[in-house]
Amino acid sequence: MITASSEDLYRVEKKDLFASGHRACGGCGQALAARLVADAAGENTIACVATGCLEIFSSPYPDPNWRIPFLHSLFENVSAVASGVEAAYKALKKGPVNIIAQGGDGSTADIGFQSISGMFERGHNVLYICYDNEAYMNTGVQRSSFTPLGAKTTTTPMGNTTRKKNLPLIAADHGIPYVATATVDDFRDLQRKVKTALLINGPKYLHILAPCPLGWGHTGDLTVQICRLAKATGLFPVFEIINGKVTNVVKIQEKKPVEEYLKLQGRFKHLFKKGAPLKEVAAIQEIANQNIERFNL
Amino acid sequence: MLKYLEGSHGVSQVVAMCRPNVISAYPITPQTHIVEDLARLVGEGELEAEFINVESEFSAASVVLGASAAGARAYTTTTSQGLLLMNEVIYCIAGMRLPIVLTCANRAISAPLNIWNDHQDSMTVRDAGWIQLHAEDNQEAADLHMQAFKIAEQTFLPVMVCMDGFILTHAFEPVDIPEQKEVDAFLPPFKPQNIVDPRWPRGIGLYADPRFYMEVRYILHRALEKSEKVIKQVSAEFAKAFGRESGGLLKTYKIEDADLVIITMGSVAGTIKDLIDQLEDEGKKVGLLQICSYRPFPRKEVYRVLKDKTNLLVIEKSISLGRGGILGSDVRWSFPRTEKKDRKISCFVSGLGGRNISISDLRYAVARVEKEPVELEFLGLNPEIIAKRDM
Repeated sequence: MITASSEDLYRVEKKDLFASGHRACGGCGQALAARLVADAAGENTIACVATGCLEIFSSPYPDPNWRIPFLHSLFENVSAVASGVEAAYKALKKGPVNIIAQGGDGSTADIGFQSISGMFERGHNVLYICYDNEAYMNTGVQRSSFTPLGAKTTTTPMGNTTRKKNLPLIAADHGIPYVATATVDDFRDLQRKVKTALLINGPKYLHILAPCPLGWGHTGDLTVQICRLAKATGLFPVFEIINGKVTNVVKIQEKKPVEEYLKLQGRFKHLFKKGAPLKEVAAIQEIANQNIERFNL
Repeated sequence: MLKYLEGSHGVSQVVAMCRPNVISAYPITPQTHIVEDLARLVGEGELEAEFINVESEFSAASVVLGASAAGARAYTTTTSQGLLLMNEVIYCIAGMRLPIVLTCANRAISAPLNIWNDHQDSMTVRDAGWIQLHAEDNQEAADLHMQAFKIAEQTFLPVMVCMDGFILTHAFEPVDIPEQKEVDAFLPPFKPQNIVDPRWPRGIGLYADPRFYMEVRYILHRALEKSEKVIKQVSAEFAKAFGRESGGLLKTYKIEDADLVIITMGSVAGTIKDLIDQLEDEGKKVGLLQICSYRPFPRKEVYRVLKDKTNLLVIEKSISLGRGGILGSDVRWSFPRTEKKDRKISCFVSGLGGRNISISDLRYAVARVEKEPVELEFLGLNPEIIAKRDM
């Protein structure tokens, strides 16, 4: 199905199509990811973006930092807007062109959930990229359905009591041809996945863990380290699902306890305050263990 | 060619002849026959277009938004709850200056659930920046779609063609359906301006901070005001090409020497004209002003037509709850405050949720306002139902 050699898939020229001059915070995982995605996709790409941090820090009139066409409409409809762009290209017999719909976890998994499900089910040739920073960061760190167990947000001040919604598997169950997860510490893996996805016809879903220093309560220099620990603990499994089969799982080299990941972040600080870790830490470790078993990490 | 067909089919046939590139819609009564017909025309290859079946009206509006931003001629249709669900996108489409055409098969709003006709749905989005044109009959409903694409694409404003649900959409009438070549001669291919295309990378839908937002909204308001000229001009071009009057800003009937003028929109104009003829036989001079372009509201034209008239009766199918008639407010606002004339403007909210507006109801309204002005009255209420509930 994918005819390009793996060498080609890893080769990405740095073009800064998502250029400097945007207004993201230092250490923003989403800004880093957006740059990697734009360069991997190349000039022949239309970026449809949902309302959220990415849109706000990259698209103020009159000076957006995109060097590829950019289309923003609303918070919850980017999948349908991208579907419309794709339909127009088909009807007008234009293209081929890469159409990428992008949004944060709120616009993807919560308010835009119906829209993305529709896009998957109808089979549009669109790559959807979810920049997952595990809460509504643009509005000031409120809980989303991607907020992990135990995490403090401004609307879960005592810590979140529910588990994270598993959108990659929900996407895969729509029967779409390509689903993958990635993290912003591994440029090569992330960009290869963008390039791979764009070679496949149909709806594709790429879920990128994008730490938010402000919302997660860590300094900007820890973004990469936190991503590595998210993988090493098993809390964020990195894999591809091609035509329903899990492939290319990123194996854990040296397994770490979840405490190492949690202790770096202010949002989990309350779990360790009273000396011994709270019971949530054990529950979070159990989630990591389940992931390791399920994906054979 | 004159064909005896359902209002919805007249519309779908003309929409298809307008050659939209992308159609997206979600089924809702009484709009369904329009989409079913278009889906069939696309499916059978008669219309070369992408037909996108979506999971909600919200996505239908979003799909045509994306398609229009990518340079396609795009069409959708809905009504009632569907239009309300689209609301956020409706505003966005106008703000982004996307020339989309939407048919609103006018229907009441829940609660209580009601599938029958009134104008509350399109009224709810009257401030969104869309042109809203109201059809009187099935011929005009069909004709207005040809005009709508032309107006939209000249002004870069979206156009909503409003036709009364069931009363028009499901009524069979003879409708003159044009030849494809006539439509092509009237409606040139769409030449989009700002589109997403990698050959000319640009941002569409950037956000505007307080330094810019007001100017953008002002320009949109001015564009609506200026579109009055285009609506008139396209209606005149239509009359020239097809030999019949359709659309425009407003229409009048026996208004010249009328002592009382009824003002309304949509299909009830037909009943009112019948009443006017009857009253004429009885020696009463009553005229009709029919608003076709509800947005932009042709304030100056309304004033020009009504400036010598002192007794006005508004019959409308919507209400601003807690305030009163909406069309009535627009009519009242059309007269300069400095005017010294003793003018009586009465407002009757009527036909809500498909309640029939009969000639005798209208006769009653005319008799009432001949005696004294009526600030607001619901026409044809059943007092027995109210007595049990109205605390």
